[in-house]
Amino acid sequence: MLAKAFGPNSISHHADATDWEAAIAVAISLLERDQRVTEDYLSRVLEANQTHGPYFVVAPGIAIAHASPGSDVLSTGISLLRLEQPVVSGSGNDPVKLLFAFCAVDSSSHIALLSRFAEVMSAEGNVNTLLNEPNLTIVRNLLTA
Amino acid sequence: MKIYAVCGAGIGTSVLLKSNADRVLAALGIEAEVHAVSISDAMSTESLAQIVLITPELQEQITGIRSEVIPIDNIFNLEELTQKLSSALS
Repeated sequence: MLAKAFGPNSISHHADATDWEAAIAVAISLLERDQRVTEDYLSRVLEANQTHGPYFVVAPGIAIAHASPGSDVLSTGISLLRLEQPVVSGSGNDPVKLLFAFCAVDSSSHIALLSRFAEVMSAEGNVNTLLNEPNLTIVRNLLTA
Repeated sequence: MKIYAVCGAGIGTSVLLKSNADRVLAALGIEAEVHAVSISDAMSTESLAQIVLITPELQEQITGIRSEVIPIDNIFNLEELTQKLSSALS
């Protein structure tokens, strides 16, 4: 399930992003590279961030940038940008080091997917591996196991 | 009993929060319906939920509701969820 959600180009640690919005743009571009969203999706994610504040920073150092389903979502997907230079979002959980991006085609078909994702992220030791593992194949295997 | 897990859009953060709240409630042996909803839905149907789980950034945006609002700092920390839910429900 998660193996399908993370497209071939979805995991990266290459970012020149120096601020929060630029980092979000890179994470969303990973979804775009795998044809999960069109370019319009980014503006809706940035708008959600401006309207509600950085609420998608969900744990210390971890964010999941997303917006609601829309015509700019082509298929449900997740990407991960690991920031070697952490960025500040304005959340109490700053600085952000693991920036996931997520998109869903509708409001219900991804529930089981995110439930599994929450399980992986809540398991002892996994966040530490995601933060520190230099080999991104191991990172992918952990996320899609 | 009804619990709302709330986020801006009601499809991402709130679903993650719901999923871990379900796990914790099952482990505690508490029967509850947890719904992932957007902040606007949570405010328009506020009286239906006894508890609202929310990330801290959204907490001040959810106003004028009777439900107990519980901010969750780390939605992947099952211990934090267990502690906050069990003290709210005891």
